[in-house]
Amino acid sequence: MKLITVAGPPSSGKTSVILKLIGAMNRAPGGIGVVKFDCLTSFDNLSYEEAGIPVQTGFSGKICPDHYFVSNIEDAVQWGVQSGFELLITESAGLCNRCSPYIKGILSVCVIDNLSGVNTPRKIGPMLKYADIVVVTKGDIVSQAEREVFAFNIRQVNSAGKVVFVNGITGQGAFILAKYLRQARDIQSLRDTRLRFTTPAAVCSYCTGEIKIGAPYQMGMMKKMEFKQV
Amino acid sequence: MTAQDFMTILDSKSLAEVLREYPLGRDFLANFRLNNLAQELTFSQALLEVEEEALAEFGLDRMGALKDFAEFLKQFTPQENLLAEVKSITIIGGWNKAKTPETISLTISAGEIISIVGPTGSGKSRLLNDIECLAQGDTLTGRTILVNGAELEDIQRFEMEGKLVAQLSQNMNFVMDLTVREFLEMHAKCRLTPNVNEVVAICFQCANQLAGEKFSENTLVTQLSGGQSRALMIADTAFMSDSPIILIDEIENAGINRRKAIALLAKREKIIFLSTHDPLLALSAHKRIIIKNGGIAKVIEISEAEKESLGIIENLDNTMQRLRTALRSGEVICMRDLRESSS
Repeated sequence: MKLITVAGPPSSGKTSVILKLIGAMNRAPGGIGVVKFDCLTSFDNLSYEEAGIPVQTGFSGKICPDHYFVSNIEDAVQWGVQSGFELLITESAGLCNRCSPYIKGILSVCVIDNLSGVNTPRKIGPMLKYADIVVVTKGDIVSQAEREVFAFNIRQVNSAGKVVFVNGITGQGAFILAKYLRQARDIQSLRDTRLRFTTPAAVCSYCTGEIKIGAPYQMGMMKKMEFKQV
Repeated sequence: MTAQDFMTILDSKSLAEVLREYPLGRDFLANFRLNNLAQELTFSQALLEVEEEALAEFGLDRMGALKDFAEFLKQFTPQENLLAEVKSITIIGGWNKAKTPETISLTISAGEIISIVGPTGSGKSRLLNDIECLAQGDTLTGRTILVNGAELEDIQRFEMEGKLVAQLSQNMNFVMDLTVREFLEMHAKCRLTPNVNEVVAICFQCANQLAGEKFSENTLVTQLSGGQSRALMIADTAFMSDSPIILIDEIENAGINRRKAIALLAKREKIIFLSTHDPLLALSAHKRIIIKNGGIAKVIEISEAEKESLGIIENLDNTMQRLRTALRSGEVICMRDLRESSS
């Protein structure tokens, strides 16, 4: 089975891109499955079900979404293998802009949209920097120049990755993306593979449910801001 | 120059010297919050002052930062441009929705304007998609697109990274919060244009010639009218965009000289596809592709007879323009306005 991981900020068009991508891959029904990692709620499973695509949704809830992803990805792969998929696509929302749920040797896709502002690519960090392919959506409603500036800013942060423009509504661009993704490696398990980047470090009192504010309640890994005198 | 060459440069020159030669390097430093490095040192020496933890937040270590900086400088140093070499494209027919073969092979050269017509849902977008992804008989339509008469390897198709085709449509808007001048400068910077001021001035002047109502360099791009926006987008595409092929999806009448705009793009040696039902634009093209039932049904070369009618169509169009202007300025329309044009 092949595995592709897709990440991106909320509402950047991940689900639309994946649906168009699956359409462009032209496979027999049931050959491609999706695992959706989300935080609290998700309605994307409905879109997948409507398209006849087997989907599993998991909610990280109070757990850091990245940690949740890593501790469940191998089970997701086993689900995919047992279901007899040719291809499994994981979709996860990168909520803190630091998240980068990418695994060494597994094709990774980051989806961002043109409307998020031209400097956004420079602010996203590892989620963009470590992606093999950066899919840019919503290009049909901004000017050509802004698309070019946006792509330029992506290359500034991720010089090695490929930038592909996909229209999530018409599917324009999904064909070439599908073609590129066929290179994904076949795997049976992810055991002993490595993440491309560490997940956010966070073992502090607030991780374990503390809600009071003030120094006495702050324990564990902390990072303090430096405030200079005005 | 290879990334290795840039590593050698970074190790032998002070950061100040490197940034003088490659000003864009500042962006790299800013992207990793490294703007305050000591500039009299080499990059690696200066990096020793930075805490490893600060680098680790970006997934970098000192060696990785050096490698990435070298890769960045390589990426943004102008190189030979594949796109400038695109002199023609050839569309070789596949089949339509009824699987009837399209028996065409149409070669289009730089500077040519092709209009695409057909009912909604007939397959115009599919043709545009085939061109954009440089179909090699592997899309639903079975068409093949040749560049300079040659087929393309998949790797070349990916390398184009969507830069082959620039698009322009009625739905497009500016979303950046910049003035016209800042906007053009920003685009020029991305294109690594050496003579920014000159190109910006040409673009600005040209956009103003195309637009019905003039605008200043200090206007915010988001405040431009529809016509002004379109004019700026076209001037910008003509003078700054790399893309040798331009796909245009209906440009509306209001506030822009459409024929002039298309002629400008053609003069810049671009290959232009116009999806339009506007007779003025369709007849201004060199050829017209007729799409029916998902396939190319016919290619019509614009005849002398058709070109002759262009004059009358233009008069009609001018009349409509004049009526619009008259309405806008509060005038009352009378029969005389209409007769004037037909004479």
